[in-house]
Amino acid sequence: MTENHKSWLGMALIGFVLAIAPIVVGASLGNAWVRVLDFAALYIMLALGLNIVVGFAGLLDLGYIAFYAVGAYLYALLSSPHFGIHWPFWAVLPLGAMVAGMFGVLLGAPTLRLRGDYLAIVTLGFGEIIRIFLNNLNSPINITNGPKGIARIDPITLFGHPLSKSIDFAGITFTGVMLNYYLFVVLALGIVFVGIRLQDSRIGRAWVAIREDEVAAKACGINTRNIKLLAFAMGATFGGVSGGLFASFQEFVSPESFGLLESIMVLCMVVLGGMGHIPGVILGGLLLTILPEAFRQGAGPIQQAMFGEVLLDPEALRMLLFGMALIAVMLYRPAGLWPESRHRREMAK
Amino acid sequence: MTVLLEARSISKYFGGVQALKDVSLTINEGEIYGLIGPNGAGKTTFFNVLTGLYQRDGGDIAFADKPLRLSSPHEVANVGIARTFQNIRLFANMTARENVMVGRHLRTRAGVFGAVFRDRRTRAEEAALRRRADELLHYVGIEHRADDIARHLSYGDQRRLEIARALATDPKLLALDEPAAGMNATETEALKTLIEGLRADGLTVLLIEHDVRLVMGLCDRVAVLDYGEKIAEDVPAHVQSNPKVIEAYLGGTA
Ligand SMILES: Nc1ncnc2c1ncn2[C@@H]1O[C@H](COP(=O)(O)OP(=O)(O)O)[C@@H](O)[C@H]1O
Ligand SMILES: [Mg+2]
Repeated sequence: MTENHKSWLGMALIGFVLAIAPIVVGASLGNAWVRVLDFAALYIMLALGLNIVVGFAGLLDLGYIAFYAVGAYLYALLSSPHFGIHWPFWAVLPLGAMVAGMFGVLLGAPTLRLRGDYLAIVTLGFGEIIRIFLNNLNSPINITNGPKGIARIDPITLFGHPLSKSIDFAGITFTGVMLNYYLFVVLALGIVFVGIRLQDSRIGRAWVAIREDEVAAKACGINTRNIKLLAFAMGATFGGVSGGLFASFQEFVSPESFGLLESIMVLCMVVLGGMGHIPGVILGGLLLTILPEAFRQGAGPIQQAMFGEVLLDPEALRMLLFGMALIAVMLYRPAGLWPESRHRREMAK
Repeated sequence: MTVLLEARSISKYFGGVQALKDVSLTINEGEIYGLIGPNGAGKTTFFNVLTGLYQRDGGDIAFADKPLRLSSPHEVANVGIARTFQNIRLFANMTARENVMVGRHLRTRAGVFGAVFRDRRTRAEEAALRRRADELLHYVGIEHRADDIARHLSYGDQRRLEIARALATDPKLLALDEPAAGMNATETEALKTLIEGLRADGLTVLLIEHDVRLVMGLCDRVAVLDYGEKIAEDVPAHVQSNPKVIEAYLGGTA
C-alpha cells in the first residue's frame, strides 16, 4: 500500500468516526453528551486559532476569548429580536470572522513591542475590557443588553431547516444538537485545513521564525510588525467563527461566558496538547472538553457507590483534578501530550 | 572603483557612554573590508546601527548611492545588506533548509490566500524557493544537513548556515560578525575559502574578526576601532605596523 493510499484510508476512517460519533454517543450516553461533542468542536476551533498566536508566532495571549465574544455578539446582534435584525448565518458568520480579525489587529497593535509576561498581562487586560464593555453597553443606548445578555438568537438555518429542530432520516432521529454537530465538525475541519496550510507556508515559517528569534527574523527581512498583526488577525478570525456558532447554538449570549477563565482554558488546550502542533492542539481541545464533563457527571455517583454518600463537591473535585493533571503534564511532558516530533526528540535528550 | 557603502560621522550613545564616535568609513564594491579592534571597541554596535537594529544618534549612511535613512532592519535587508551575528542567532527549532527559506522571505510574495489555496503561482514560488535554499546550502557546503534541526548542527556548520541564510536575502553587502569565533584551524581555513568565493562571485564583504591572521590574509583594507573611534584605515600591512594600532591592542588606555 502506498503512502497516498494509507493517508486516504486514514482520512476515510476519521471521516467515518466523525460521522457516526453523535449517533453512537447519542444512543448510548444521551443527547447531553452530543452537546459536549458540539462544544468540543467549538473549543477545538478556538484552540486552533490561539495556536496560531501562541504556538506558531510565540505571542502569549491571555485575552483570546475576546474574539470569541466579538463573534458571538455580532451574531447575536444581527440575528435576534434584540434589534429585530435577522440576517442569515452565511452573511453573519463571515462578517463575524472579519470583525473579529479587525479586533485582533486593533488589540494586537498596541502590544507589538511587548513580549512574554508583559504581553500576557496587557492582553489579559484587553480581554477583560471587551467583557466589561459588553457588560456595560446597555446605557445610555442599549446595544448589548448588559449583564442580562441577548436571548432568542436565531438558530442556523440550512436548506430551509433550522438546526434547532430534529429531523428523521434513514430511520434515525437527528436531534438539533446532532445537526449542529455536523455543521461544527465541517467548519472545524475547514479550520484545521487552513491551519495546516498556513503552517507549511511562507507566512507560517515567518511566524515560527519570530517565535524562535525575533531579532534574527528582522535581520532576515521579515517585517515583524505586519507578520505579528497577521497572526493576531488570523487567530482572531477563527475565534470569531467559533463565537458566531456558539451564539446560534446556545440561542443566548451574555458577558459571563467570556471571562478570563475561558481564555485560560483555551490556552491550556494549546499548551497541554502540544503548542504549535495541530493534532496535539486538537487532542488538547477534545480532552479538556470531555474529561471535565465526565468528572462533573461521574464524581457524584461514584462517590455515592463507594462511600454511600457524596463526600466531596464534584465541582471542587473537578478543579482539583484538573489542576493536578496540568501539573503532572507540565512535569512529565513539558512539550505537551502530543508535541511535534522534532520537539519530542529535543525533550527526550 | 565604485563606492558601495559610505558611512559619515556615525555616532551612537548608550546612556552616557559613547559607543561610536564620529566613525566614517567607505567600502568599495567587491572588496573584503575588515573591521577590527579590541573587545568593546564598538564593532558590533556599528553593525547594529548599519543594519537598523539600533538607531544611530548622528551621521549618515549612503548605500549604493542612495541615502540609508533611519530605517527598520527589514528595509535595510531589502536594499541589500545582510548580516550574521557574533553569537549565532539561528531559528533553532527549524531545519537548516527552513532557516534559509526564511532568509528569502523578502524575495517571495505568497500571502495568506496563496498559503491556503496553493494556487499555481504559490506552488511555483515554493518549489523555486526550496531549490534556491538547497543551492545555498550546497554553496556553503552543508547540503547534507538540509533536513536537520539547526540546533543539532555543529558549531562550524551553524556559522555556515547563518551565512547561507544571509545570502538568501540576495545581498550586495554581506556583514559577518566574528564568523571564525570558536572555530578550529581547519574550520577557519574552510571559512576563508568560502569568503574568498563570495568575493569572487561579486559580493562585497564587511568582516569583523578577532583572528588577526585571517583578517590580514583575507582583507583588502582594514579599519581599526578603539573606544568607539576609528584610529586607522589602510591596507593590512600598513595597519599592522601602525603604532596607534599596536598601542590599542597591546597597551591599556593611552
Ligand atoms: N545594547 C547595549 N546597551 C548598552 N551598552 C551597549 C549595548 N551594546 C553595546 N554596548 C556597549 O558599547 C560598547 C561597544 O560594544 P560592542 O559594539 O559590542 O563591542 P565589540 O563588538 O567591538 O566588542 C561596549 O562598551 C558595550 O558595553
Ligand atoms: Mg562584538
